[in-house]
Amino acid sequence: MTESTYRIQGATGEWEVVIGLEVHAQVTSQAKLFSGAATAFGAEPNTQVSLVDAAMPGMLPVPNRECIRQAVRTGMAIDAQINKWSRFDRKNYFYADLPQGYQISQLYHPLVGEGQIEITLDEKNPDSSTKVIGIERIHVEQDAGKLMHDQHPTRSYVDLNRSGVALMEIVSKPDMRSPAEAGAYLSKLRTILRYVGSCDGNMDQGSMRADVNVSVRKPGEAFGTRTETKNVNSVRFVMAVVEHEASRQVDVLEAGGKVVQETRLYDPDRNETRSMRSKEDAHDYRYFPDPDLLPLDLDDAFLEECRQSLPELPDAKRSRYEKDLGLSAYNAATLTADADTARWFEALLAEGARIQKKSEGEVAKASANWLLSELYGALNRLGKSLEDSPVGPEEGAELLALVADGTISGTIAKQVFEIMLETGGRAPQIVEEKGLRQTSDTGAIEAAVAKVLAENGDKVEQYRAGKEALFGFFVGQTMKAMQGKANPQVVNELIKKALS
Amino acid sequence: MGADGSGGAMSIDLQTVKKIASLSRISVTDAEAEAMVPELNNILGWVEQLGEVDVTGVEPMTAVIPNHLRLRDDAVTDGNVRDKVLANAPQAEHGFFAVPKVIE
Repeated sequence: MTESTYRIQGATGEWEVVIGLEVHAQVTSQAKLFSGAATAFGAEPNTQVSLVDAAMPGMLPVPNRECIRQAVRTGMAIDAQINKWSRFDRKNYFYADLPQGYQISQLYHPLVGEGQIEITLDEKNPDSSTKVIGIERIHVEQDAGKLMHDQHPTRSYVDLNRSGVALMEIVSKPDMRSPAEAGAYLSKLRTILRYVGSCDGNMDQGSMRADVNVSVRKPGEAFGTRTETKNVNSVRFVMAVVEHEASRQVDVLEAGGKVVQETRLYDPDRNETRSMRSKEDAHDYRYFPDPDLLPLDLDDAFLEECRQSLPELPDAKRSRYEKDLGLSAYNAATLTADADTARWFEALLAEGARIQKKSEGEVAKASANWLLSELYGALNRLGKSLEDSPVGPEEGAELLALVADGTISGTIAKQVFEIMLETGGRAPQIVEEKGLRQTSDTGAIEAAVAKVLAENGDKVEQYRAGKEALFGFFVGQTMKAMQGKANPQVVNELIKKALS
Repeated sequence: MGADGSGGAMSIDLQTVKKIASLSRISVTDAEAEAMVPELNNILGWVEQLGEVDVTGVEPMTAVIPNHLRLRDDAVTDGNVRDKVLANAPQAEHGFFAVPKVIE
């Protein structure tokens, strides 16, 4: 557990920032929360709208079991209390993107109660600086439609495709104390959601957006008045909002003013927040239990299935990679930060263990190093992601197996990998066709060593006079003469022998 | 309890009527709002007669029928009815509802 030392230096001394996040995460489902209309992104306007979503008179909502299930699984993944009995309420407000005139939500009896998420502040050293952030609740609710203001001079266009799509609202406690903590919390939450499969986490498509609650106080004093900046859609923007909103509040307070409890908007282009200047009564939501829906009553079998279907979660996976596979803390954290990366790595491990007839632990280090340096390096260069990598886990494992059994050296493996990327060929064939097998033929290597030493008589003298760093030069020259195909260990031994 | 709502816990005034009308985006004239004050108080007073029943120790009821909430399977069974959805719209363009510009 780490205490944050993030402080804002004001004219009157140091200020501490207090942050809570409300994250809206779109539940992964085929159909909407209360209707059978599709949820897919990017459809023609108003084509994924049922008469329920359009709030035609007499239409009745029927909840989608999968949406409830995904919210419960998410709750279990953050060690939260699951409420077997919960209820839907109407949150009343008038806006053009909300045909019902109310949002069906859960104010009084949410599906998921208190839980927690552990965040890491130093990625390179993930065990050294962790902090537990409390979760207040998760409830399910309907998303609203989408408004477009730039298509017509005097009209706004309304697309109800998103109207009625299931959201989880995940409310944290005001436990964060710095922009870095807020960023780490959102990243970790996204990782967990993607592991669980309850939300795709695509922030650029609006699948996850955060309302950022910020207040400032002198360290040790009571909480100050907070503002809420709405719909922030990236980790970087959340951190920027915290930073700017906190220093704005400090300026207001130090100028003798008061922070107004209000809703604000973030403008990424100007990197500032500004007041939405909503009417005072805009937040008079007049909640009441939705009379169209009975309470949600979950049975033990349903909860048991939710629990059984949870995958290994990021924290457990990271600790297993460190303890059982012997990976460094940094590698374990990097490989488990995203569900897709971990899945790819585990396929590579399984295949490597199978080909080499070894345990996964025995092939883990080489596999991790290759994935994080060679493969990631290549993908970065090609502008590709792991998903569309030209080389798959199986092909990667074949290449690593050739290094492990001494068929090729690490240097040659890099060349072979380049050829694989270019041609889509597989390592064993490339090595055969190009004659890249490593040789441990001492006769050939001895001849090469003798030639190198004879051509560099001056350096041999310097070496013998004590300039030991030249040893690497002889190795390099010999490897070059052998076109990289000499077994490096044999080369080392033979040079040592020749120079002694 | 009197018909004007006196004696009940709840009582609403002209201000409240106007506020509710505004939140609901229902336009009412001053005369209409004034007429509604006693009317709404009458309704509230009538409902508050329930307060005469002693419910000590009785769990609040959430529904009058002992039914379970039915859940639907996660399957796409609806949608693709844009014409029906837009049929009653005062104005629709290019497949969208077109409404007076609302921008904050």
